[in-house]
Amino acid sequence: MRKSRSGVLGVFAHLDTLSDAVRRLRAAGYDQLTVFAPTLRHEIEEALESTESPVRIFTLVGAFTGTAAGAALAIWASLDWPLIVGGKEIVSLPAFSVIMFEVTILLGALSTVAGLFINARLPRIGRGEALYHPSFSAGHFGVFAHVPRDRYDAVRGILTESGSEEVLVEQS
Amino acid sequence: MANALRSVFHPHVKGYADVNRDSMRLLTKPGKGYLALLGTAVALVGLMVLAEGIQIAYGLGMAGLTNPVGWGTFITTFVFWVGIGHAGTLISAILFLFRAGWRQSIYRFAEAMTVFAVLTAGLFPIIHIGRPWFFYWLLPLPSQRQIWPNFRSPLLWDVFAVTTYLTVSSVFFFIGLIPDIAAARDATTVPWRKKAYTVLALGWRGTDREWKHFSRAYLFLAALATPLVLSVHSVVSWDFAVSIVPGWHTTIFAPYFVAGAILSGVAMVVTLMVPVRKIFHLEAYFTQLHFDRLAKLLLLTSLIVGYAYGMEYFMAWYSGELYERDVFLDRVTGDYWWAGWSMITFNAIVPQLLWIPKVRRNLNAFFIISIFVNIGMWYERFVIIVPSLAHSYEPWKFMNYHMSWTEAAILMGSFGWFFMWFLLFLRFLPGLSIAEIKEVLPPPTRDHHDVAEERAEKLVEELPTGYKEYERR
Repeated sequence: MRKSRSGVLGVFAHLDTLSDAVRRLRAAGYDQLTVFAPTLRHEIEEALESTESPVRIFTLVGAFTGTAAGAALAIWASLDWPLIVGGKEIVSLPAFSVIMFEVTILLGALSTVAGLFINARLPRIGRGEALYHPSFSAGHFGVFAHVPRDRYDAVRGILTESGSEEVLVEQS
Repeated sequence: MANALRSVFHPHVKGYADVNRDSMRLLTKPGKGYLALLGTAVALVGLMVLAEGIQIAYGLGMAGLTNPVGWGTFITTFVFWVGIGHAGTLISAILFLFRAGWRQSIYRFAEAMTVFAVLTAGLFPIIHIGRPWFFYWLLPLPSQRQIWPNFRSPLLWDVFAVTTYLTVSSVFFFIGLIPDIAAARDATTVPWRKKAYTVLALGWRGTDREWKHFSRAYLFLAALATPLVLSVHSVVSWDFAVSIVPGWHTTIFAPYFVAGAILSGVAMVVTLMVPVRKIFHLEAYFTQLHFDRLAKLLLLTSLIVGYAYGMEYFMAWYSGELYERDVFLDRVTGDYWWAGWSMITFNAIVPQLLWIPKVRRNLNAFFIISIFVNIGMWYERFVIIVPSLAHSYEPWKFMNYHMSWTEAAILMGSFGWFFMWFLLFLRFLPGLSIAEIKEVLPPPTRDHHDVAEERAEKLVEELPTGYKEYERR
């Protein structure tokens, strides 16, 4: 579901004040949040109670597709050009296991990246659904609450109370 | 006010802002020394292009390859560079899975080294085939002739292993870079850099959604890269071990090659890190602790390699196999005795100095040892390849190999090629992993903030936070 564009952004200098703000917002019923962080912190995931990422499904499906594709390529190509080398079977599975392994890894890795891009909605073109502040990549944290205009004051109150250093509102 | 808690890995880094500042410093205007190094690297690449041009014009006869020594400098250098890449993946993927906090600050350099080393290695089979424009014959592509490569051949396994390794390492490298390129995008004031980083960052903003999927994808890429790196040098070793040449046909080859690869790679990481640390003043990020752990890794792999050397000689004697015994005796007493002894001395004996803590802590000494290991590991591949071929079953076929000037020029050019990419990387992409170093720094919190003045600075071992289960345990 697309989150609404209007909303309020709180900028935080501390991780604990941010997670506190997230918890308070959620307790007040504001569930549509976008949280910004300069690095991976699980305090944020816990405050948001976020669910498991489905990227692992992409990895699994990609990897097994790779195993099958590697086997299919080696077996089919060997049958298509059935040249006996060193008295070995045309379909020599021990030798083909190397090909199967490498293609497993290759497709597993590429589909993991596809899973990341699809789920994280990258590459993002345009301004995206929440306000951003360049200090988020440096050291600040932020939370953007996707709320209609009539809730701006209430949300601003929660953010300031939790220790937000700066509060910005979406004007468009 | 600074945070009172400091990371045990980076006691001199005060907070998140320091990491951004120091990483961005690498991307500013280069000095004269840098330009001189880059110029030298590019000149060496020019030399390689010239030598390769001559080899194409006059044929593969320009190389010193003979019958029976059909594999020489090119294949030696190929194995050398593939091996160099392995330590990068060890540091970036395997140590990530082990949650080693000291990996965070050095991993970007190591992973860049992997990508560029494999990029260098990839040149050599193509140069070696003599007619590089037919390189696509190596690939299983449908053709009008309706023939396919031989899937039972280790050489084809190698094509799959090395291309997969290059692809997966590049992907892993780039995915790890995305948050840091976004930081560079937000910080830079140079217009063309801003534009380039904006495109490369793919619109990354560090939202909870992005981090959630990123952390999972990163974990799985590391989990896939780990068995991959072990497989790549195993497959390279099977290029030799699957044949019946004495000195090659042994089951020890796969683990022996993987350990050797990590030894050479760790040595190359040290060779790169010591000057980079000094030139760019990265003492706060590459600390004594990092070098100490790298030294222990180098020592461990050196012991494994030394054990493999001993085991090869033991098996040559114990098996009672005449040809095997003769080849191994020839390696240390024959025409190539200097190469054989260089390999044993530089890889198995010199690194033993690292048992002494004083040597481990002396960066100059460690740097020199790493250079020795680099040379020794090139010799190891040379000793495995050339003397074995030059001295195999039939005495009337014994024939020595001499490196030609084109081969020497291409070997030197490969170093130019590698360093050219590495130097360009240093100036154009964030060399310190900004987001990942922050994982091991204590996060800024109001609690610590308020009591900072009354509390003495304290070191904490903050571990990289890869996934939730770990935190909850």
